[in-house]
Amino acid sequence: MRLTFLLATLIVCLIRLELSVAQGSIGSTAFNPALSLVLDGKFTSYSGVPPVLSGVLQGGESNAAPEGFSLSDTEVVASANIDDKFYGFVDVGFELDENETEVELEEAWIQTLTLPGGFSVKAGKFFSDIGYHNIRHPHSWDFANAPLAYNAFLGTNYSDTGVQARWIAPLDVFLEIGAEIMSGDSFPAGGHADSGTGAHTLFARLGGDAGVSNSWRVGVSFLAAESVGRESTLEVVPVAFDGDTDVTMFDFVWKWARNGNPRDRNFALVGEYLRRDEKGALTLLSQPPLTVAYDDAQSGFYLYGTYQFRPQWRVGARFDRLSLGKRLSGLPGVVAGSDDPERWSLMLDWSNSEFSRLRFQIDSYDLTGRSSTGLVLQYVMSLGSHGAHTF
Amino acid sequence: MSSSENMNRIGSCSLCFLLLALGATPAWAQLQIFACEPEWAALAEELGGDAVEAESAVTGVQDVHYIQARPSLIARVRRTDLVICTGAELEVGWLPLLLRQANNSAIQPGAPGFLAATDFVDLLEQPQTVDRALGDIHPFGNPHIQTDPRNIARVAAALLERLQMMDAAQADYYAARYADFSARWDEAVQRWTSRAEPLRGRAIVTHHRSWVYMIDWLGLDEVATLESKPGVPPSTSHLASMLEQLQNEDVHAIIRSAYQNSRGSHWLSDRTEIPAVVIPHTVGSVDGTDDLFSVFDVMLDVLLEPEE
Repeated sequence: MRLTFLLATLIVCLIRLELSVAQGSIGSTAFNPALSLVLDGKFTSYSGVPPVLSGVLQGGESNAAPEGFSLSDTEVVASANIDDKFYGFVDVGFELDENETEVELEEAWIQTLTLPGGFSVKAGKFFSDIGYHNIRHPHSWDFANAPLAYNAFLGTNYSDTGVQARWIAPLDVFLEIGAEIMSGDSFPAGGHADSGTGAHTLFARLGGDAGVSNSWRVGVSFLAAESVGRESTLEVVPVAFDGDTDVTMFDFVWKWARNGNPRDRNFALVGEYLRRDEKGALTLLSQPPLTVAYDDAQSGFYLYGTYQFRPQWRVGARFDRLSLGKRLSGLPGVVAGSDDPERWSLMLDWSNSEFSRLRFQIDSYDLTGRSSTGLVLQYVMSLGSHGAHTF
Repeated sequence: MSSSENMNRIGSCSLCFLLLALGATPAWAQLQIFACEPEWAALAEELGGDAVEAESAVTGVQDVHYIQARPSLIARVRRTDLVICTGAELEVGWLPLLLRQANNSAIQPGAPGFLAATDFVDLLEQPQTVDRALGDIHPFGNPHIQTDPRNIARVAAALLERLQMMDAAQADYYAARYADFSARWDEAVQRWTSRAEPLRGRAIVTHHRSWVYMIDWLGLDEVATLESKPGVPPSTSHLASMLEQLQNEDVHAIIRSAYQNSRGSHWLSDRTEIPAVVIPHTVGSVDGTDDLFSVFDVMLDVLLEPEE
C-alpha cells in the first residue's frame, strides 16, 4: 500500500510537471518525458460458468476476465529520448485484485538510437518481439481479450528481463531480424534457469506495400525456454514443470485502406499460428509428490479481420482454435475432452477520438466440450501524450 | 545444460556473424531523402536536382495525421540520409516510431540528417491551454505551414544549408539551383499575391483548421470550421448550427483538402448555395499540381472562381 501511495504521488508530480511545461514555454524542445495513462474497464457476463481451458499447462495471466465489473491494468507510461544515444520507456500497471491494489512493472527498458549498420539494442524488462500479438498491451488489442493460443501457450504474453538485438536490412523491402536472451523468469520459461539466461528468441519479418492501398507483413519467431520448477495449476493440484519448451510461431498481417487513407474506411486481416513443444518432467505437488515424464506438442491459431466501415466505427470477427495433443491425460483432475477448443468472437467498437474507445464483444466458447457465451462491454481510454500508430 | 540449448547458443552466434557481414551499408551515389510530406520532397528535388533522390511518405491524397508506421516506411527510413518533415507534432502518431524502429543513426532528431520545417517558421495558433477536450490540438501551434508560399521560401533557405552541410562536394551545385529556384519563387509569390488581391477580406468556411497560413497570407476571413473541434468529424448538430449562422453571411467558399470527406461540405453547400471546393494543400493533391508552383497556381484558380 505504501509503495502504491509513493508511486501515485510520483505520477501526479510528473503529470503536473508535464502540464506546466506544456502550458509554459511551448516552442522549445520538450525535455519532459511523454506521459500517458491508460484506463481500461470491463463488464463481463457469461452464460453458465466462466470458460476455463483444460489439458494444457498454463501460467501467467491466462484466465478469462472475471464476471461483472472489472478493471484491466491501469497503466502509467513514460517515455523519452534519454540523450542523443538512448531512449527509455517505463510502463507501470496497477491491478485491482479484490480491493487490493497490486503494482506491476510491465516494462522498463532502454534502447540505443545510434548504433551503426542498422542495429539497435534494447535492454531491461520488455514484451518480447516474437509474433504479431505479443508486444501489444491490452489497450491496443483489437478485441477485448487475447487469442486463445496466447492464453494457452504464452501465459497471454511473454515478457521477461533481458537484452534484444535487432537489425534492419538496407533493402527496398522491409526485412528485420532480431534475437533476445532473457532471464527465463516468466512463463513459458520459469525458475531463472541457466544462471538467469534461461530463454532465447529469434525472429524475422518481411513486409512492404502492394500498391498505394495495401500493405503487408509476415513473420516467423522461435522461443526456446528452459524451466526449473515452473508452476502451473491443474484443476485440483499445482504442478511443477522441469525441462525445455520450444515455441514456433508464424504470423501475417494485411491491411487495406483506399489510397492508404485509413480515416474513413479500412480493413485489416491478422493471423497467427503457434506450436509449443515441451519435454521434461512434471511433478505433482500433492502429498506425496509424484513425478512423471512429460513430452507433448500442442498448437493453435487465430484469424481475425476488422473493418472500419465509417469514421469512428469498426466491426471485427475472430476465430480461435487449439489442438492440445495428449491433453495431459492421466494426470489427476484433468478433464481431458476430445474436441479441440474453439472460440468465435464478434466485436463492434466506437472511437470518439484517437484517445477513447468503447467496445461491445460477444464470444462463443467451445472449450473441451463445454460451451458458453460471453458478453463484454469495455472502455479503453488514454490521456496524456499521443499514442503511436503501430502497424 | 541441455542439448537444445547448446544448439541455441550456436544458432545465436552464427546469426551475429551473419548480421555483421550484411550490416555494411552500400554507398549510394545520390543523397537519399525521406520527406514526410510531398511539399518537402518537391522542394528537395527543386534544390537537389540530380544529386538527390527524394520520396514522400505521404501522398497528396492521404491524411498526414492518420499514417501508420508501415513496414515499407521503416525500410525507407533505414536507407535514407536525410529526413525532412513538418514537425511541430504534425507527424506525432507515426514519425517518432519510424525514427526509433528504423535503426538509422544518421536521421535522429538533433543529427544533421533530420530537418523539421517548422523550426524555421513562426507558428500561428500556439495554444494558451492544452486540453484534449478542445480536440486533437497541436500543442506547439498550427503545423500546416505549407499553404503560405512565403513559408516554403523560409524552409528552402534552411534546406540549402543542410544539403551543403551533408553533401559538401556538391555545395556549388545546390547553391546554383537554390539561386534559380528562389528567384523564380519570389517572382511567383509576387504574382500570386497580386492576383489574390480581390480575395482580401472575403469570408470562407474550412473543413479542418489546416488553412490558417493561407488565410493569413491572403487576408481571408475564416468564419466557421466544419469540424467543431480539430480531428472530430463534422456532426449533424454542428452542421445545423453552422447553417443557421451562415444564412445571413456572404461566404465566398467552403474549402477542404483532397483527403477530407466531402459529405459535410456538400450538405452545407446544398443548403446555402455556397460553393464547396477542394483546394490543393500540397503537390499531387489534385490534378495539375505536379510541382510546388502549380499547387499555388491551382489554389488561386479555385479560390478566385470557386465552382463545384
